[in-house]
Amino acid sequence: MIPSTKPPKHLKMRPPVAVAAERTEDLGPPKIEIRALNFYYGDVRSLHNITMSLADKSISAFIGPSGCGKSTLLRVLNRMYGLYPRQRAEGEVLIGGRDILGPNVDVAELRYRVGMVFQKPTPFPMSVFDNVAFGLRLGGGIRGAELKSRVESALRDAAIWDEVKDKLHADGRSLSGGQQQRLCIARAIAVKPEVLLLDEPTAALDPISTLRVEETLQALREKYCIVVVTHNLQQAARVSNVTGFMFMGELVEIGPSSRIFTSPQDRRTDDYITGRFG
Amino acid sequence: MAIIDPRHAAKQLIYERVFRSATLSAAILVLLILGGVAMSLLRGAWPAISHFGFSFVAREIWNPVTDEFGALAPIYGTVVTSVIAMLLAVPTGFGIALFLTELCPPLLKRPIGVAVELLAAVPSIIFGIWGLFVLAPVLQRHVQPWLIAHLGHIVLVGKLFKGPPFGIGILTAGVVLAIMVLPFIAATLRDVFDTVPAMLKESGYALGATTWEVMWNVVVPHSRVGIVGGIMLGLGRALGETMAVTFVIGNAHRISSSLLAPGTTISSAIANEFTEAVGDLYTSSLIALGLLLFLITFTVIAAAQAMLRRLERRSGAAV
Repeated sequence: MIPSTKPPKHLKMRPPVAVAAERTEDLGPPKIEIRALNFYYGDVRSLHNITMSLADKSISAFIGPSGCGKSTLLRVLNRMYGLYPRQRAEGEVLIGGRDILGPNVDVAELRYRVGMVFQKPTPFPMSVFDNVAFGLRLGGGIRGAELKSRVESALRDAAIWDEVKDKLHADGRSLSGGQQQRLCIARAIAVKPEVLLLDEPTAALDPISTLRVEETLQALREKYCIVVVTHNLQQAARVSNVTGFMFMGELVEIGPSSRIFTSPQDRRTDDYITGRFG
Repeated sequence: MAIIDPRHAAKQLIYERVFRSATLSAAILVLLILGGVAMSLLRGAWPAISHFGFSFVAREIWNPVTDEFGALAPIYGTVVTSVIAMLLAVPTGFGIALFLTELCPPLLKRPIGVAVELLAAVPSIIFGIWGLFVLAPVLQRHVQPWLIAHLGHIVLVGKLFKGPPFGIGILTAGVVLAIMVLPFIAATLRDVFDTVPAMLKESGYALGATTWEVMWNVVVPHSRVGIVGGIMLGLGRALGETMAVTFVIGNAHRISSSLLAPGTTISSAIANEFTEAVGDLYTSSLIALGLLLFLITFTVIAAAQAMLRRLERRSGAAV
């Protein structure tokens, strides 16, 4: 995962912590607090001492070259890495003030609170309605009319209701790629998670569908703490309040997107966003 | 532009033609063999069919002395032993496959996987001997008395577990068949489950689903086409298995309501009696049994295909 080469010497190195704490306070109280997070694939360390806070009701974007650890960071936030042997995280991560890395954490409950959308649309092999109802049924207690209205409002929030309201019983996989991805967003937000993670959500979509998904994210900003990983710098600039640049497992800098994209503090960020590498 | 030697091009064309006709004739050969088998079965079975008519499949009697033959007992035995085998092997195969793909520690994954494949490589005669000398006595002494004592009194179900514990019989044959088809079902299902994209499973986990919920609600529906295929493969084998069944079923042309009683199957009846069949009608009746087995397996496969088509149509544009 991690390039074995050291970063070129001319790149100015600076501790990321100071920058991270800097200018995110005006966005309100933090929803996610990460302190001294290290992540290992076996013996290989792929996240180095990450410390930062992410605000609620905002979109935080993470950019950086492939293998920089941004997807790994997301997979820590819902403990998805725990499905695989030899992957482990050290440090402290709080979501809504609750520790999520401890041994006594109910992982299923954590993942219920932290939704995730993947690089490719992953509709389940079932109807549109059942896809969205999936998480609600797992949670139990939501049935009948309430289930219907929760499914509808999730589909409305994901801006796909008008397109699927007449085919709720069609297979989810029969929708177009962009619709499938918005269906997956609806599925993730149906359970009203505290945090919504998106791992390159538009990587497999055409420009029009990408636009629709971005609009959806904009609309969701008011309700959720959204963390999105993207290869698309314009996308990060367009949708996010805060952008973090990661490089070789380090959080190089994080700050308001308007600043990161106009006057980055670190040479490496500048090189990346101006297209000199990555 | 690249220049192609015209002689080389001509050679290529010939190779291409030879290749085409070679593969075409191989494919046609399959049709010819299948048609040939069906034709000769039909011809061999004709005396029995014309003599007994429809009553051949409707009568239980099998009396070489009076030349009266009916196929109902072997049909019943074939179907019931296969059903028992599937009832035991399908859930177990599911368990093995799901454990191997999702829960198994990596260290155990290979040994168990190899063991499953080795089980498939055991010749059926060995299952027959083992079933007769090891399994049947164990069932007779420990399992069947328990079944008779505890299930024998229940209404309806009790009928299946009445009578003396012979050891050999329909139930024992079903158990041996289950063990024999288990590796096929388990290995196929494992391969099918392995093809479910990790991202799809993670999507289930990401919603807070437990392993069981992801398995049952995501992995299994995603793989249903392959699952039907794996089960049909096992069923096809169970229906046609001869040697091991012949050892343990008791070979009695009789339909008993009890699963503990001896019975017979189509293939074991043929294997047992073909050498001693005297008279045209007897031989022809055995061939007619073979024709019936052919039809049953054919029907099973056709039904599976129809089921797959229906599943695919229901899932819309998927796959």
